Amino acid sequence: MLRRYLRLLGVQLRASSLLAMQYRGDFVIEGIISLFWTATALAPLFVVYRERQSIAGWSFGEALLVIGWFTLLQGILEGAINPSLTGVVEHIRKGTLDFVLLKPADAQFLVSTTRFLPWRSINALAGIGLFVYGFHLIGRPPSLLGVLTSLVLLGTSVLLLYSLWILTVSAAFYVVRVDNLTYFFTSIFDAARWPASVFRGVLAFVFTFVIPLAVMTTFPAQAMLDRLPWMSLVWAVVGSLGFALLSRRVWLLSIGRYTSASS
Amino acid sequence: MSLRSTLRALPTLLRVGFSEAVAYRAEMFVWVLSTTMPLIMMALWTAVAREAPVGQYGSQDFVRYFLAAFVVRQLTGAWAAWMINYEVRQGTLAMRLLRPISPLWGYAAENIGAMPMRLFVVVPVASFAVYTVGWQAVPQTAWGWAFLLVSIFGGWLITFLANVAIGTLSLYMESSTKLMDVWLALFFVCSGYLYPVELFPPVLRTVMDWLPFRYQIGLPVELMTNAHGFEVALGLLGRQWLWVGLMLLISLGLWKRGLKRFAAFGG
Repeated sequence: MLRRYLRLLGVQLRASSLLAMQYRGDFVIEGIISLFWTATALAPLFVVYRERQSIAGWSFGEALLVIGWFTLLQGILEGAINPSLTGVVEHIRKGTLDFVLLKPADAQFLVSTTRFLPWRSINALAGIGLFVYGFHLIGRPPSLLGVLTSLVLLGTSVLLLYSLWILTVSAAFYVVRVDNLTYFFTSIFDAARWPASVFRGVLAFVFTFVIPLAVMTTFPAQAMLDRLPWMSLVWAVVGSLGFALLSRRVWLLSIGRYTSASS
Repeated sequence: MSLRSTLRALPTLLRVGFSEAVAYRAEMFVWVLSTTMPLIMMALWTAVAREAPVGQYGSQDFVRYFLAAFVVRQLTGAWAAWMINYEVRQGTLAMRLLRPISPLWGYAAENIGAMPMRLFVVVPVASFAVYTVGWQAVPQTAWGWAFLLVSIFGGWLITFLANVAIGTLSLYMESSTKLMDVWLALFFVCSGYLYPVELFPPVLRTVMDWLPFRYQIGLPVELMTNAHGFEVALGLLGRQWLWVGLMLLISLGLWKRGLKRFAAFGG
């Protein structure tokens, strides 16, 4: 069973990379645009830290780590999660989701692996560049334990992002015209470029429990700095698994409601 | 198409735009939710200003500024670039060209027609601003109100015409949505949407004063929050309308030459 799905994933990946190789020119354009976006993500940071040495307990170098995680996750989001799932919205609107549902494999697996944009991995490189620069400013390398914990958290963050996307896509079964869902999602995700301790009151609650942005970027950055309490790590793992289960339930419910549009 | 027939068609076009906005109100709600960036920036900047004011901005001033930024963004939205890209690719632009009126009027009417729906969001937010930070959140003088309205209209025109110009570029290349992404990135950094332009280093600020972005969001927001005296405001407004004129020339020029290259694919 598992081997069959792994083979299927291999096939889908190969198809996507072949498609990407056809548009090699995109590599340069994507690279330039992603560097450009990284620069714009940094601009507010420069403006803020022109005024202060540290904000809510985060120095400039430490805040760079958060932006680094943000950039890295954005690369994963736009390279591996967004492209396939935007396709689902299109399928639902046109009624062509039928063809996916008819195939003898899990529909969620199929729609989540249809398309990858390998060129977006440049964003991940930009993120790693930011880590290096951030630690250069802090003046000490990260500890091995810190790096290992942050890698675990990378897993939970990707799982969280993916689950959130599945939840958003499930909404497409109920609301008819949702072309700008992608845009909506990325603009909410934008808030994750700031250390979570900046937010207080209602926003802090929303960003930790409803849309767990804090867990996605601030936790890994804290882990790299050896500042993450162990309880938070446990909560991040348990919480993201719970989120994944929830999104799976919602997906199954929504797909039950799917009535082939038109035709 | 004469000017008179265009003017006669406008009320109907606006009504169509309004009905469309009503029909797709769920989509508008999603759009409003996705433009909540100023509220997040408000949380960030008030946190920064908690200990001591930044420049001349204290916590209250940031609340005022970013609520105004939210309001202005709602009222100056335009999405013609994506529409044009889509319609050029699908070939449906041909249908619009068959009408005895320039498609640009159609796009403009669709955008403006959606504004009354936007007021349902804007008025409560503006009232909330007045409730929390007092009457300082809206212009204090009659000329202030007049300038604010003119600057919002000017800001919308710049946004819309830039949309048209970039959208039209899809007639020259396959798709110009990537170019729109670049424009948007510049817009976010330079417009005063993420932070008041004033907080920028002086050299960069001079550059921003000459770029169009600052006049899309920054200027209306500053006028709404009473940041300028009469003369300074008038000068900035003049620059804004210079940009409106320039954008008008660029976008109409591109549009006229681009249309000759249009071949309706598909159909």
